[in-house]
Amino acid sequence: MDTHMTEQTEDSVRSEVRAWLKDNWDPSLGLVEWRLKLCDSGWGAPHWPKEWYGRGLPVKFNAIVDEEFARIGAVGVAKAGIRTLAAATILAHGTDLHKEKFLKRILTGEDTWCQLFSEPGSGSDMAGAVTRADRQGNKWVINGQKVWTTSAHKAQWGLLLARANWDVAKHKGLAYFILDMKQPGVQVHPLRQMNYHASFNQVFFTDAIVEPEMLVAEVGDGWTVATTTLMHERQGADGLRTWAQATDKKGRIYEDERAEIASTMEPYKWYPQRAGRVDLVVQRAKETGKIDDPVIRQEIARLLCMSKSSEWTARRARAAQNMGRPQGPEGSLGKLASSHVARQAARVHTYITGSDALLSGKDSPMEGVIAEILVSVPATSIAGGTDEIQRNIISERVLKMPKEPSVDTNKPFKDVPRNIVSS
Amino acid sequence: MKFSFSNEQEEFRSGVRRALEARSPTTEVRKQMATETGFDREGWKKLNQELGLTAIHIPEAYDGAGFGYGELSIVLEEMGRNLLCAPFFSTAVLGTAAILNAGTEEQKKALLPAIAAGETTATLAFSEDSGLNDAASVAMTATKSGATWRLEGTKSFVLDGHTADLIVVLARRPGSTGDEGLSFFTVEGSAQGLDRKLLKTMDETRKLARLTFNSVEARLLGTEGAAAAPFARTMQQVIVCLANEMVGGAERLREDALEYVKMRMQFGRSIASFQTTKNKAADMLVDVEMAKSAAYYAAAALDEGDDDLPAVASLAKATAAEAYLQTAIHAVQMHGGIGFTWDNDTHLWFKRAKSSEILFGDANYHRELMMRNWKH
Repeated sequence: MDTHMTEQTEDSVRSEVRAWLKDNWDPSLGLVEWRLKLCDSGWGAPHWPKEWYGRGLPVKFNAIVDEEFARIGAVGVAKAGIRTLAAATILAHGTDLHKEKFLKRILTGEDTWCQLFSEPGSGSDMAGAVTRADRQGNKWVINGQKVWTTSAHKAQWGLLLARANWDVAKHKGLAYFILDMKQPGVQVHPLRQMNYHASFNQVFFTDAIVEPEMLVAEVGDGWTVATTTLMHERQGADGLRTWAQATDKKGRIYEDERAEIASTMEPYKWYPQRAGRVDLVVQRAKETGKIDDPVIRQEIARLLCMSKSSEWTARRARAAQNMGRPQGPEGSLGKLASSHVARQAARVHTYITGSDALLSGKDSPMEGVIAEILVSVPATSIAGGTDEIQRNIISERVLKMPKEPSVDTNKPFKDVPRNIVSS
Repeated sequence: MKFSFSNEQEEFRSGVRRALEARSPTTEVRKQMATETGFDREGWKKLNQELGLTAIHIPEAYDGAGFGYGELSIVLEEMGRNLLCAPFFSTAVLGTAAILNAGTEEQKKALLPAIAAGETTATLAFSEDSGLNDAASVAMTATKSGATWRLEGTKSFVLDGHTADLIVVLARRPGSTGDEGLSFFTVEGSAQGLDRKLLKTMDETRKLARLTFNSVEARLLGTEGAAAAPFARTMQQVIVCLANEMVGGAERLREDALEYVKMRMQFGRSIASFQTTKNKAADMLVDVEMAKSAAYYAAAALDEGDDDLPAVASLAKATAAEAYLQTAIHAVQMHGGIGFTWDNDTHLWFKRAKSSEILFGDANYHRELMMRNWKH
């Protein structure tokens, strides 16, 4: 029997990766040096195709591989940020040239990526993008503005959604490009938020250039390709929320990893606060004595009910997936549920903290963490798809309710009323 | 912890659902709820024996099927969905749980086989006129007289108390207070000195009775003076079961309301195409699915002997209470005027949502209980 046809099991995958790590793991290697070995062996991204740095394994085995890495403290490939979305999109829609040029450097962490989708005039209505892509001679020339771009100031490459045809309907005129961020036509400015952080950027294009081979799929396919990126963003949302933990282990590779985590995770350092920090609630209530206030106890209990139910709903969805069952409604609710949890957590933190919640930074409890929760939670119900959009998705895709009558998809995009954005 | 139902459990669920749909359409629910007994004794006996419902979680040693709370919860969820009028909750949950938790081996062997076989209906009488759900509020006294005991006092809000063949009663030693001196007793429904009065209930599908005990002869169940712990355990099991029944009802209301708005046309379009309706429907799905997750988790926690059960049980009940009632409120609203009429079925579940919200402690009560039992 051809060994490639042999059915892999959890045990066979576990023993294979364990043996490989035993022979190869070496903490004295440099981070990139080690990750190149992961690319060659396929253990860095086991669910990727064999010809592209993976092992062609079903995605369910990733957890086993991760466990084996964690067991001996082995470092994995670069996973944080937009680079994983870029990889997933390139694997699905990219040319061999794209795969050749980008995938390995994504896994090694040498390249940072950013996502150039949202615009000042199109947030929830992302297909309403008005950044222009005009063909001039042998190049694409880009003009316009993007916003909410994480890591744009560090990124080598951007995933760009732009309008290449104004005479067709909204979703049909978009094109998807891979844009070189390090060029004179691209300017990046940080965007300051209500919680003082500036995790995102505004990106301005003035005659920025894209080489023709950096078009992904065809002109007109931009929306389809962007949907792939967004789908992976939603699926990976849980993963992004997992805080990358640097270890204090000795060895060159761990030093490299610590530096990478510090730099990559910098924009995300307020994300735990944005989710409400439910983990702090009971302890804080005990420390402040508010645990004895019957009204606050009710509010804490409400929060714990929501937070636990939401956690168990995610576990149900995962269990069904592991059993190979079609996804039920429970898989589509996490984003909306996490908004409810975050809002209730902010209420509860306020009740527990009392007048101290009037203060900020060093003058406020936990060196400003509580204050940061209170002014970061509003982001949860907006970022990555507003609650309103989530409800539309749930009602239309899960509950099969009809769409609102459309006023923008049945005519050339140039005739669709849109925001006037000064730039 | 288990987070999914097995294929066998899913098949079992479909079988129960089909049987209940065939035997208990809302025309039948309306017929039964208008009767004094609240169910059709012969019809229930037949359905119960065909499907082996009351035997499900009774151990095989007592002629039961030996399944767990996972399977019992499936039956309850389907009954909540269907609003079956039958003394199942009183018999299989309340009465059986008390006997299993408190009874001696000999008593279990004597009492449970008839329940498993569907020959005997049972219930548990613990609340009194105060309507409180804690052991400390029990005032009924039990006095030893020779080989037997005599019960004196009143029990109220007793589920199916007017029809149960066997009544498990929580009473106390005269002069004792709090958790001290409490014992379980069993009493025949037909016992001398027992006056059973059917109360008029808001939710007519749930029959409650007030029982007056005038020196009623009773048998001690388990150990004298030691009922506080088994009673607490019983109540945890009971609220987990009720939470599972509740999420079945909530899901049915949600589905029916969704079907209605998809069909209803106003302003020349389906009202399901209005965002305000879609938002509500999405929120209802979130509420119901979250409550289902909590109820399922709590049932699994019972089966797996989880240490967090006391907190988890209250969490599931509080979550189901809010979700079911909110779903019922939305469901009436989505139906508009017709949803407020007697002929439309929505009110049957609305009232069940309301009665379930209150029964065995409302959400505020269980949130407080949950905080007391929270270990983390």
